[in-house]
Amino acid sequence: MTLLISALAAVITTLIWYVSEKARVMKIGILCYMFWGASIMWFVDAVAEYIELRDAYFTPALEDMVNDTFLGLSVVVLALLIWVGYVLIKDPMKVIANRK
Amino acid sequence: MGCFVVPAAEAVVTTVVTKVVEKKEREALEKGLPVSEFNKEKFSSKLKRLNGLLWGGSGLLAFEHLWHGEIQPFFPFLTAAENPGELTEVFHEMSTVGVGMAVLVTGIWAVMTFVLDSKTEKSEKGKELV
Repeated sequence: MTLLISALAAVITTLIWYVSEKARVMKIGILCYMFWGASIMWFVDAVAEYIELRDAYFTPALEDMVNDTFLGLSVVVLALLIWVGYVLIKDPMKVIANRK
Repeated sequence: MGCFVVPAAEAVVTTVVTKVVEKKEREALEKGLPVSEFNKEKFSSKLKRLNGLLWGGSGLLAFEHLWHGEIQPFFPFLTAAENPGELTEVFHEMSTVGVGMAVLVTGIWAVMTFVLDSKTEKSEKGKELV
């Protein structure tokens, strides 16, 4: 579930990066790197787990799935927080620098 | 358990390499570049993409390990390190899953870089023909 949420976030941020020039100025590429990097790593983790568990990998317990979903959403929020922090520090649109 | 440590260690190495390459590129630029090099993407820029993938990925994975109580913010950082029996398992996971993560991320970056370079070269050739 964490892998799915992270991969979905990676695809969405990449599409936003591709279509929106404003998003590129806002350094959305940082989010792309974080989500793609994590997705690739979790994919390897998933393969290793599949080799160990085989079919049981696709039928997780409900409790584990809920926990993984919360983790995936928390990861997205953490990445967004890092990105917002970066944008506020770098101030690419000079909003903070030009405020009166 | 400690798989993210391997890509994080690679990230440290590639970041240092990026700084060295950047310095060399700056020095080369001061000496003057041949015209053929003008439109080429700098190697340091390519390395920065790898750094982004490695730091971003291992950072989010570190959070996952914190969530599962596998790492702690104080020494010895890995909770498994408190029990020598579990350490073997940690090293096994680092040498299999961890190395796999680092290799796959680097491999995907290498392919991506190759494709982007080929595309740039093609478009440059196209411009020359026009």
